[in-house]
Amino acid sequence: MPAIEIRGLTKTYGDVEAVRGVDLVIETGEVFALLGPNGAGKTTIVEILEGHRRRTSGEVSVLGYDPAHAMRDFRERIGIVLQSSGINLELTVRENLELFGAMYPKRRNVDEVIQIVGLEEKADARIKTLSGGQVRRIDLALGIVGDPELIFLDEPTTGFDPSARRRSWTLIDNLRSLGKTILLTTHYMDEAQNLADRVAVIAGGLIVAEGTPDTLGGRDGGGVVVAFRVPPGTAGLPDPFASHLDESGGVSVEIEDPTRALHALTTWALSAGVTLDGLTVTRPSLEDVYLQLTGEHDSG
Amino acid sequence: MLAWRQVRYENRLFWRTPMAAFFTLFFPLMFLLLFNLLFAGDPMEIAGRGSFTVTQFFAPSLAAFAAASATYTNIGIGTAISRDQGILKRFRGTPLPPWLYMFGRVASGIWIAAIAVLIMITIGVVFYDLHVYPSKLPAVILAFMVGTGSFAALGLALAALAPTGNSAPAVANATILPIAFISDVFIPISNPPEWLVTVGNIFPLKHFVRPLQDGFSPFVTSTTPEWDHIAVMAIWGVAGVLAALRFFVWEPRTSGRMSRRRRPA
Repeated sequence: MPAIEIRGLTKTYGDVEAVRGVDLVIETGEVFALLGPNGAGKTTIVEILEGHRRRTSGEVSVLGYDPAHAMRDFRERIGIVLQSSGINLELTVRENLELFGAMYPKRRNVDEVIQIVGLEEKADARIKTLSGGQVRRIDLALGIVGDPELIFLDEPTTGFDPSARRRSWTLIDNLRSLGKTILLTTHYMDEAQNLADRVAVIAGGLIVAEGTPDTLGGRDGGGVVVAFRVPPGTAGLPDPFASHLDESGGVSVEIEDPTRALHALTTWALSAGVTLDGLTVTRPSLEDVYLQLTGEHDSG
Repeated sequence: MLAWRQVRYENRLFWRTPMAAFFTLFFPLMFLLLFNLLFAGDPMEIAGRGSFTVTQFFAPSLAAFAAASATYTNIGIGTAISRDQGILKRFRGTPLPPWLYMFGRVASGIWIAAIAVLIMITIGVVFYDLHVYPSKLPAVILAFMVGTGSFAALGLALAALAPTGNSAPAVANATILPIAFISDVFIPISNPPEWLVTVGNIFPLKHFVRPLQDGFSPFVTSTTPEWDHIAVMAIWGVAGVLAALRFFVWEPRTSGRMSRRRRPA
C-alpha cells in the first residue's frame, strides 16, 4: 500500500482555488519533495494530508486513513513539522521533548533526539534563549520524537545557514535509511536534488511536472548546452557551431545530439590546431527546469 | 500519565510567566491590604461570637475574585494567546486527545485558584484575625469547586470567542471587572438601584462571592450548601462548555499566512 494516495484533490478558500485537482502517489519509504513557489498550494496540500485542513473535494488516503476523520491512532504514526508553529518559550528543549514524547506509544529516547538535531548544549535552555535556526531544529526534534513512520516537513530548512542546512540534510538522509516515508516541501532546488527520490513541481494549485530530480521536465532528454571560446574571427567551425559564433569568439549552442556534434567539434579543433577555451557541456539545471515550469504557470 | 503531565505543564508555564502569577495571586492581596487601611477602625464586637475586622467580609469576596481570575481570566487569555502563537495547532497534530489539553488547562486553573484562595485565607488568619468555621468549610469547598469549574469553562468560551490573542486580555477585563463591582467583590453598595442588583444577580460572580462570604460570616450559622447560588454557577458553566465546544478553533486566527493564502495570488 502506498503511504499517501491522492486523487482529484481540490481546495477552495472562498472563490480562490488553492488546489485545483491534484493526483499523487507516494510509496512507503520514499522521500518525496513538493517543489513550488510561495502560494502555489504546497502547504495547503500538506496540511490536508496532516488532517489540519478539510479538503473541498477528492480522495485522500494517508497510511490507509482519511486524515479528515482520523484521530489518535493516525497521529501516533505521523510526525509533523509545520512551516511555522508555536512552541512554549518558557519550557526548555528537554521539557518540550518529554512533554510531547509522552504522547506517543513508540517514543524515542529524548537525549538521543536532542543529539540527532545537535542541540546537546541547549538541552536545558529555555526555548526563548535559542536562535531561529535552533528553534527550527527543536521543531524537527518534536516531529521525530514519536518515532513516526511518515514525516511531513514543511520547508524544514528555510532560513538556515548553509552548514545548518547540510546538517538537516544528513538528518533527513538518516531518517530515510530507517525506512521512514518523508514528504517535504521546499523552494530550494538543491534541497530537492539532494534529498528527494522523487519530485513534483506545483504551480497555481496544479502539479505541472513529476519525476526523479534527474528526469524532471525532460532533463535527461537530449538537450545540452555546449559553450567554448575561440579567437575572434575563426573560420571553418562545423555546424551548428559556426552560425552561433559571436564577435568576441564565444559560442553557446543548445544541442539535441551532443555525441555527434562534440565529435565533429573536437575533430575539427585538433586538425585546425584551435584551442577550445573554457569548453563546457551542461545539462539544464533543476532550477532552470523549475523556473521554466513555474514561469509558465505564473498567472495561476 | 498524560493528564497529569498536561496539568504539570500548564502549572509550570504559569509560574514561569511572572505577570500572570502577579496579577492572579498578589493583586487581590493588595486589595485586602488596601481595604484594611481604608476601613481600619475598631474591630466589631458581636455578642457571643467574638470580634471581627473588615477582613471577615473582604477576604472571602476577594478570594472568590482571585479564584475567578485564576480560571476565567488566565485560562481565557492563556488559551487564546497559545492559539495565536500556533501552540494549539502543534498539539492538534499530536496524538494528545483534545479534551486532555482542555483538562490540563482547567485543572491547572483550578489548582492555582485553590492556591490563591489559601494564600488569601492564610494571610487573613495570620494578620487580620480572620475567623474560620470548620463546620461550614465543606459547603465553601463545594461552592469553590463548582465556581472554579464554571469560570474555567467560561474561560475556554472566552478563548473561543475572543477575536485574537491580543484582544483576549481586554475582553477578559472588560467583562470581569464591571461584574466584580456589581457582585459585592470590592465594596458592598449600600443602596443600589434595583436594576443593578438584578444585573448582578444574572452573572455568576455574585453567586460565587455569596457562598464564600457566608462561609466566613459570623451571622450565618447554616452549614448546608447554598444550592441556588451553586445552580446559577453551574448553568453558566454549562453555557461556557457549550460555547467552547461550538466556537473553539485550534488554528491561529490572525496568522499572516492564513490571510495571505486567502488573497488571490
